[in-house]
Amino acid sequence: MSSPTLDPSAVIVDHEAPELHLRPGSLRAERVSAWFGSHKVLHQVDLDMPAGQVTALIGPSGCGKSTFIRILNRMHELVPSAKLAGRVLLDGVDIYGEDVSPTKTRARIGMVFQKPNPFPAMSISENVLAGLKLTGRKAKSEDAEELLQVSLERAGLWNEVKNRLREPGGALSGGQQQRLCIARALAVTPELLLMDEPCSALDPTSTRRIEETIAEIAHDVTVVIVTHNMQQAARVSDQCAFFLAAEGTPGHIVEAGPTDQIFNSPADPRTADYVNGRFG
Amino acid sequence: MTDVSPHDIEQFSPDDDVPRAPRTMLPDDWGMLAGSALAAVGLMWTLFLRLLPVHSSVGTWFLTWLVFLAIYGYVVRQVHGRLAAKDRIVAAALSSVALILFGLLLLIVGYVVVKGIGGITSAFFTQTLEKVGPLDPETKGGALHAILGTLMQLTMTVIISVPLGITTAVFLNEVGGRWARPVRTLVDAMSGVPSIVAGLFIYSALILSLGWGFSGFAASLALAVLMLPTVTRTTEVVLRLVPGGLREAALALGAPRWRVVLQVVLPTARSGVSTAVILGMARAVGETAPLILTALGTSIVNNNIFKGAQASLPLYIWGLIRSSDGGQQQRAWAGALALITLVLVLFTLARLLGRPRRRDGVEEHGTVTSLAGLDAAFDRFHLSGERASSMTYDTADHHHDRTRHDAAPDPDPEDRP
Repeated sequence: MSSPTLDPSAVIVDHEAPELHLRPGSLRAERVSAWFGSHKVLHQVDLDMPAGQVTALIGPSGCGKSTFIRILNRMHELVPSAKLAGRVLLDGVDIYGEDVSPTKTRARIGMVFQKPNPFPAMSISENVLAGLKLTGRKAKSEDAEELLQVSLERAGLWNEVKNRLREPGGALSGGQQQRLCIARALAVTPELLLMDEPCSALDPTSTRRIEETIAEIAHDVTVVIVTHNMQQAARVSDQCAFFLAAEGTPGHIVEAGPTDQIFNSPADPRTADYVNGRFG
Repeated sequence: MTDVSPHDIEQFSPDDDVPRAPRTMLPDDWGMLAGSALAAVGLMWTLFLRLLPVHSSVGTWFLTWLVFLAIYGYVVRQVHGRLAAKDRIVAAALSSVALILFGLLLLIVGYVVVKGIGGITSAFFTQTLEKVGPLDPETKGGALHAILGTLMQLTMTVIISVPLGITTAVFLNEVGGRWARPVRTLVDAMSGVPSIVAGLFIYSALILSLGWGFSGFAASLALAVLMLPTVTRTTEVVLRLVPGGLREAALALGAPRWRVVLQVVLPTARSGVSTAVILGMARAVGETAPLILTALGTSIVNNNIFKGAQASLPLYIWGLIRSSDGGQQQRAWAGALALITLVLVLFTLARLLGRPRRRDGVEEHGTVTSLAGLDAAFDRFHLSGERASSMTYDTADHHHDRTRHDAAPDPDPEDRP
């Protein structure tokens, strides 16, 4: 469900004019490299993730997609030996700048993980509102109730759980748990939502529901999604970036651009081979 | 045997829908077990009580047990073959050892109950030993002072060591860094401290050097030294089993570390932490040696834990059981029974408090309820069933990324679009 119109200027990676195409909620990676200890896993990645669009990161296992997406909301630094170079600009401001707080950045850039991970000690409603409690924000009870309903509606879960909000989150099915996690991430009103293979542990029906959810939230939240599923990337994304790591070298972007272009007329033969299933 | 055609098998009537419980041990197998046991007892009885001039009760029973295993193994081998025989012998050996241990436990508790029940009167809970002479009948006087002392000292010990222990465990597991290793080593060393040494330490450091005098508080400090490592290490194990994905999820919402610990990690491990507290209390409540040097013991009620000698149940038992007088010994056994009951009550209370909360009659899923339940809880949340130990984020993700990278030239077939 890619949106029909694309803004071609938004995807041009151009270091000479970084401020040109920035809109609220836009993310831009500039020359991002990453290491674990002395092991380099990403080499000078440049990528624009335009506001209000879905950007898919595709590529074979081990090419650094997950590392890259974790760099985008400062989760990378939770690994003790992790290092990085380059800049990540959220609306033009480097999130790795000296006076930028990692916790505030993470509240602006939400994340959904590969495996559904609702908090087991909390009910469904507590899970959705966990972000408020965990960031020390107090909401009036009517506001909280509204936020609860809006978040669950946006995640496409409200109708299924509205009568069992006080039940534990772990009692839901895998797909419902993942949508609960999306609702939890949306409840802190992030400008971006990062999704690291959100459907890889789910069945086809649940996957379809998540994809519908992505299409709906993409109107007001920028989405970056890592996926191993080519059809999914083609279905949900507006922009696409193809990562590759040749043997013994760190991962890098081979090609990035509008999804139509990557899938139908890729410039690089390796991209064509990958999206057509000839390797990976 | 009659021939059964597939057609017959499909002919199910509703009456066939009777639940059956499949079993590995059929009546034949139980027969072999009972027969072997009977044969072993009979053989040894004939040998030792009828033929041989030697006899020792423990030795005979042990030999009987070995002979039973041999006969049982031989019989099973004749019927089911070598592999089954090995399996059954090991199973029989382990089950009988478990039975013996359970029997011993029952024996100990039962012995205390039988010996002590005669001393449990209303006076036992309402009077003290203040006006009781050495030769007074056991119906006179009671253990009120000791029960109160034990309760006060145990409460104080819990107040001191539980916050310290949980904080230390949080430091070890959630903060870590280069100080975690020495701290963990120190905690391990502490758990090996003999209880009398803990008492001596408090006695020399506080009672002699600072001139505190004997008090229940000093006893609590000595007990806290003993309880702290148990609480710390058990809590640490439980916290380590909280999936790292939960911490990451909380951090990704923009939560600071301390809120992640307080609002996600500890609630998830709630039941496990209460188990840690129970184990620590069990360690502390029965200790006698450190109390001799700190609380000293007395025969009157002392309601001030901070000043003056205070009685406690272990001291009460120790003081009376050495007497040659039957009445005094009876009081000691009643004290032992009271102590065992107290421990049981505390365990039950802690279990009830630590039970996962229930909402609308639905049991909570995925909380860490006990060490045994952890794997199940983990599997429920992580469909691929990776091991819990590899999931703490500080090491797991690093490893994860490395292995992924190494695997890059040889892509996973599952990733094929």
